[in-house]
Amino acid sequence: MLNSLMLFVGITLMYSTPLVFAALGGVVSERSGVTNIGIEGMMTIGAVTGATVGYYSGSAWVGFFAAGLAGGVIALLHAFASITCKADQTISGIAINLIGPGVALFVCRLLFDGATMSLPVPHKIPKVFGSLNSKAFQNLNVDVTVVIAFVLAVFIWFFLYKTKWGLHIRAVGEHPAAADTMGLNVYKIRYICVLVSGILAGLGGASMTLAIIPQFTPTAISGQGFIALAAVIFGKWTPHGAYAACLLFGAAQALTVTLGGGRFAVPSSILAMLPYLITIMILILFVGKSSAPKASGQPYEKDAR
Amino acid sequence: MMRKGIVLGLTAAMVLSLTACGGGKTETTKAQEETSGGKSSFSVAMITDTGGINDQSFNQSAWEGLTELKNKTGAEVNYIESKQASDFVTNLERLGDSGANLLWGVGYACADAVLEAAGSNPDIQYAIIDNAYENTPSNVTGVMFRAQEPSFLVGYVAGRTTQTGKVGFVGGISSGLIDQFQYGFEAGVKYAAKELGKDIDISVQYAESFSDAAKGKAIAARMYSDGCDVIYHAAGGTGTGVIEAAKEADKWVIGVDRDQAYLAPENVLTSALKLVGKAVQEVSEEAMNGKEIGGQTLTFGLQEDCVGIPEEHGNMAEGVYEDTLKVKDKIKNGELTPPTTKEEYEAFIAK
Repeated sequence: MLNSLMLFVGITLMYSTPLVFAALGGVVSERSGVTNIGIEGMMTIGAVTGATVGYYSGSAWVGFFAAGLAGGVIALLHAFASITCKADQTISGIAINLIGPGVALFVCRLLFDGATMSLPVPHKIPKVFGSLNSKAFQNLNVDVTVVIAFVLAVFIWFFLYKTKWGLHIRAVGEHPAAADTMGLNVYKIRYICVLVSGILAGLGGASMTLAIIPQFTPTAISGQGFIALAAVIFGKWTPHGAYAACLLFGAAQALTVTLGGGRFAVPSSILAMLPYLITIMILILFVGKSSAPKASGQPYEKDAR
Repeated sequence: MMRKGIVLGLTAAMVLSLTACGGGKTETTKAQEETSGGKSSFSVAMITDTGGINDQSFNQSAWEGLTELKNKTGAEVNYIESKQASDFVTNLERLGDSGANLLWGVGYACADAVLEAAGSNPDIQYAIIDNAYENTPSNVTGVMFRAQEPSFLVGYVAGRTTQTGKVGFVGGISSGLIDQFQYGFEAGVKYAAKELGKDIDISVQYAESFSDAAKGKAIAARMYSDGCDVIYHAAGGTGTGVIEAAKEADKWVIGVDRDQAYLAPENVLTSALKLVGKAVQEVSEEAMNGKEIGGQTLTFGLQEDCVGIPEEHGNMAEGVYEDTLKVKDKIKNGELTPPTTKEEYEAFIAK
């Protein structure tokens, strides 16, 4: 029983971690007033960069940082389109979602002899308790990325709500004109937030291909970015809310895994729906109205009245 | 306004450059073909599904089969990669226009496209991997594999290898095709159990996804933690997670479709092979020699040496590989018939 419980917690944490990184990125971007639906594309780029750099450098950490950088670079495209050029942020995001997998496959084929999946990295991101062999705790021996994700969530919460800069970001997302009047550089703040959002999404992608599995496959990132996006809304655009939403989603998946396997006569196709059903139920019953930052999705025109 | 123009232009440029990459690849392969062949009278071409030509799976295997055919017979061979499902028909038409005599669609995803192209080009012969039509047109050949046979063999290996008396099967999305893998495997395990005179438990779980590696890993972690020590997966991308779980738990895992030992040399016990290339080569050769192959579905299995397990068996215990070969012979000469469905499986274990 205790063993099952630990397994349940372990699976929950494993499953939710890539989502947490990406959802935190979504929160930061949205809080500054830029909708980022390109998270999925940025995660894919991060996933391929992480696995590739991790393979060629032999170090998972180098790969992890490279993945963050790559996500950031792609995010700059989004920032340029949606902040400088004031393009429709949804369209720019969709473009990134289309470009991401294309570029990822292209890069992978270029560097891995035409193959659509990379070779496994020699060293993965380590586990929290190292390579411990105690059977009792094996299921709780999660990847270090799980801890990093938690620390980041706490840090971003602190930053957004307890520091001056956090207040600036929120002001820019709620009422950019007022923030501008107070002397804040709206464009600069938004650029930085979108960049950070891309870095986090990239890290999320890499936490998939450097920790959960040790290689990039064309299906490594398939939908996590969109689930993260849902977690942002579900968590009412707050870091702690988004973190909890990702955990909930992970827990629901863990439930389908622990319930499945023929011990109960529930068809697995029904079980597979469970995470989504639970999410909708909780959304309806407990979460209540969630409202986006007021200026989210609107480009800021300096002289518009 | 001008800025919006820039954005539109940028986006368009990026999208275009992607399509251009796809187009460029095809041009090079065509160019290669023109320099290498040209005189041969018979031309075989294939379209890949969206996995691409180097997918380390059946597209790659099929192309290797065609390359082998070219080396052996001098036939002209060619391929076009499909970037998305909507390319299938276009690519088939393009290859048809280029004068191919036999066209392969690789993967059941191409099934409708092959049917459509075959309807509008009755003078070209078509063949498809992994699909059987209910009514096969006279210029189409379906090619299927008896996946239950290698699955039975790896099931036997699993049954002989397990120390805990518990093995697992992780499936992608449940379907008739994956049933062949599941029941073939289960029957193999039970066959070994009967031979050893002990009970072996099989836990089966479907991820309901062929792409969710994290779920595959979670399911496998649960099975290993429940005491399974050998797991067989037929779950595509989800299976990457299964293999990773085996590495972390340091238990056995059995690969599928191709030799997956390179993914985890210490933990991959064996793999259930499906040699698509061999079947492609054989069918193409028959068509080349003027044999009528259309209007039917051909199945390939151990008899045709188109499925099996890899020769490397360093991870198996003494004698297991040799005994597995004996089981293989029994399937070949019809003594054993691995089941493909639940009903057949129940009848099999009742024996």
